[in-house]
Amino acid sequence: MTAQTGLQPDVRAPNKGLGRASSAERVTGRLFEVLLFACLGFGLLVLVVLLSDVIRDGLPRFNLDLVRNMPSTRPLRAGIQSAMMGTIWVIVTVAVITLPLGIAAAVYLEEYADKTRWYNRLIELNIQNLAAVPSVVYGILGLAFFARGPLDLGGSVLTIALTLSLLVLPIVIISCREAIRAIPTSIREGSLALGATRLQTVRRQILPNAIPGTATGSILALSRAIGEAAPVLLVAGGLIFITSNPSDLLSQATVLPIQIFNYVGRPQDEFRTVAAAAIMILLLILLLMNAAAILIRNKYQRKW
Amino acid sequence: MTSIPYGRQPGPGTAELTRSLRKSSPRIGERVVEGLLFLAALLSVLTTIGILVALLGGTLEFFREIPFADFLFGTTWTPLFANGSFGVLPILSATLLITGIAIVVAAPLGLGAALYLSEYAGQRSRKVLKPVPEVLAGIPTVVYDFFAISFVTPSVLRPLLGEANVGIFNALSAGLVIGILIIPIIASLSEDALSAVPQAMRDGALALGATRTKVARKVVLPAALSGVIASFVLALSRGIGETMVVVIAAGSIAQLTLDPREPMQTMTAFIAQAALGDQPVGSLGYNTLFAVGTLLFLVTLLVNVVSIRLVRRFREVYE
Repeated sequence: MTAQTGLQPDVRAPNKGLGRASSAERVTGRLFEVLLFACLGFGLLVLVVLLSDVIRDGLPRFNLDLVRNMPSTRPLRAGIQSAMMGTIWVIVTVAVITLPLGIAAAVYLEEYADKTRWYNRLIELNIQNLAAVPSVVYGILGLAFFARGPLDLGGSVLTIALTLSLLVLPIVIISCREAIRAIPTSIREGSLALGATRLQTVRRQILPNAIPGTATGSILALSRAIGEAAPVLLVAGGLIFITSNPSDLLSQATVLPIQIFNYVGRPQDEFRTVAAAAIMILLLILLLMNAAAILIRNKYQRKW
Repeated sequence: MTSIPYGRQPGPGTAELTRSLRKSSPRIGERVVEGLLFLAALLSVLTTIGILVALLGGTLEFFREIPFADFLFGTTWTPLFANGSFGVLPILSATLLITGIAIVVAAPLGLGAALYLSEYAGQRSRKVLKPVPEVLAGIPTVVYDFFAISFVTPSVLRPLLGEANVGIFNALSAGLVIGILIIPIIASLSEDALSAVPQAMRDGALALGATRTKVARKVVLPAALSGVIASFVLALSRGIGETMVVVIAAGSIAQLTLDPREPMQTMTAFIAQAALGDQPVGSLGYNTLFAVGTLLFLVTLLVNVVSIRLVRRFREVYE
């Protein structure tokens, strides 16, 4: 492939022209480039191998029965319906909890916070640090406060959703802040100069203009929540089969990654097939969400 | 900064001007909304406090029964047995070994990919190739667990190292797969750092007759070193906290060994196993989970602090 870079004009021409690079140097340079490309190619290779491995294993069970049947200890009848419904319940709840809180926090930090105050700096630093805390630690938090302890909600939809909400909230806040930051200051100044109050400026200028960026970031954060297994494992367990769909926020629930984990851990090969088919469903959901995020970004993103 | 100091600084205006610009009404609603927004932002601090309280509560209970030295220096880890031992070294060393394998895999591959994207790839191939690590990063970790068990061990490790030498569950497969998992972190953060190196430095080196390879290795890489190291350390902390890959693939048998072909249990895998066992609240097994959680939290915190130090030390400032 011809390497066209940001280096303009083409950097190899002067080298050749001046004759500075010996042919040996040119060969090693070429080898180095190939080596670097191979590093990237390795990632692509892994992706292809992983997907083909999953599809090859899962295809025999990738049919409507998979989503129609409940989890079961009999591999040929085992499905994922309750896990899929659980995932939908949990994700909708997570969205309801995190979106208002995340947007509110982002608006405060970008539009109101005086950055010279210690408490505002503390909040900023804290959000960055929270994003680096291992997800299993959020599971411990959820176990101590939501599943057991003060709230004692057990392995319910609400427990799982609260735990995952705390996990993805920093991500939602960070992406909403970026969306708000992309709005030029002149919009704010114009609004204020025309006599709008701060709140009016936020409601009529900032929020509408931040919607595409916020939506993209939030969808990506929610897809992170859909794939998380470790914290859910802690608050809701992973070994029992839940054979009914959740009917309200307090019903016991399981989610797709947990059901996959459960099937992967079973010794019989037939369960591995079910697990692979369930992974296909999970990846399909994530693919659709990511595609939606990209579509929104490309369609509504404004260049100022 | 984007926040506007709405009238916060009086500026050079006269007192009369200041008076004319004063708010015509108190606008209580505005203040209330600001307060609510502040509370939403404050929730993040409460989360941190919640994490600390949750971890400390169980941990203090734990150390009331188990001496601190036994926990930190003991070499046998069987906490969920009756009359168990509580030496954390086997699971700590397993965590470090598996993360070590992961970083050895991911550091060269991630950095290589980043260098290619920032120094060699053209506009169009960049557009096609850049999402590859991003897609890898979006795959749930439980899928990587499946990948380790159903592909890496049976189709790569066992044919390569011999059936007899590698168990179905082993630390090596978990380490390799976590390595794959953290490549995107290194690739994308390193690429940011490499791309931030001023173009003038590249142009200058090229004008002096350096080859592109030399520019990449001797100019761009050293200039971006702080960011590259930060990406390694961040990937390391991500590897230490990874749970789902190790919980089945690594075998979940706590033993003090440095042989990666053996099954092992990491700190995160123990936390998961203890939670799966549904320990009654307040029991020693339940509290052990929190003690290990605290240790995990401290180790990742330490790694993050080290990363900030390293970045400060190697930072080159360009302006």
